[in-house]
Amino acid sequence: MVKVFFLYDVLRLDEKMLLDRLRARAQVEPLHVSSSILEIGGYAEADVALQRSISFYRAMSSTVAVESWGIRVINNSLALAMAEDKAWSLSVLYQHKIPVPRTLLAYSIDSAVEAARKLGFPVVMKPLMGSWGRLAALASDEEAARAIAEHREMLGSMYKVHYVQEYIDKPGRDIRAMCIGDGVPAAIYRVSNHWITNTARGGRAEPAKVDPILEDLVIRSCKALKVEVGGVDVVEDPERGYVVLEVNAVPEYKNIARVTGVDIADEIARYVVEQAKR
Amino acid sequence: MPTLKCPVCGNPVEVPDDAMPGELIEHDCGVVLEVYRDQNGNLALRPFEGVQEDWGE
Repeated sequence: MVKVFFLYDVLRLDEKMLLDRLRARAQVEPLHVSSSILEIGGYAEADVALQRSISFYRAMSSTVAVESWGIRVINNSLALAMAEDKAWSLSVLYQHKIPVPRTLLAYSIDSAVEAARKLGFPVVMKPLMGSWGRLAALASDEEAARAIAEHREMLGSMYKVHYVQEYIDKPGRDIRAMCIGDGVPAAIYRVSNHWITNTARGGRAEPAKVDPILEDLVIRSCKALKVEVGGVDVVEDPERGYVVLEVNAVPEYKNIARVTGVDIADEIARYVVEQAKR
Repeated sequence: MPTLKCPVCGNPVEVPDDAMPGELIEHDCGVVLEVYRDQNGNLALRPFEGVQEDWGE
């Protein structure tokens, strides 16, 4: 029987469902990262590991530790790092000819305002890392852009990189698509009157149609970032069609499972066990 | 099902037999509690402080 390390910090519904489905297919050893001691170059036996820590820093460091034991982690450390850093992931996606929003990086308050002016208002200003739409701000004019940039500068060094992005006038919704290996088992529309559509921020989930173009884009985005199990955020631009915003490498999926009826946890469990047998 | 004490309101909290560290329990007093193992390896409860970064949907 395949043995799987299950790395986690908080057991949300997503993790509980995954544990349940994994246990039906494999011997599972849960590893509560927050209370563990992990030795770089240590030793433990497992065929594969699945990373489900919510905290990026816990996820990243525990992944590299487990990789040092010679165990493959899904997703691997490079995928986690690239997906977490918005500039890095956008750069890689762009190089793989995947449509992404026009994004400018600026390194001072004045240049952030200048970048916003260049793009044309409104613009989205985001931190380089983090999700749930937290600290993402919409600047409608120069005054707002300057105020946001000034506040960011006070938050510490990471926030001194100003990530200024065109605002895509999406049709009151965006798409979260689940990618597992070479397939897209399900996707949802996140519908909201607010420009931040994350379900964590009150967006309403509805089943989305996965057409061949979307499917291809989602799979290529994950492949570019070495992500094997990912959640891809896509917006529909009135002129360009699908545009990829970001890829999540430890994706929540409970709303996708709930509204589409697809057992995402089982799909992930099956993929993980299949990979272990390779 | 072991019964532990809520560290916030002091009332009893029933913890499932198969509870694991990292599990969250909503208590009647309105606090979300996190299951963890104390220094003796016993299951214990502490107020859940949330996660500072995440990969949300």
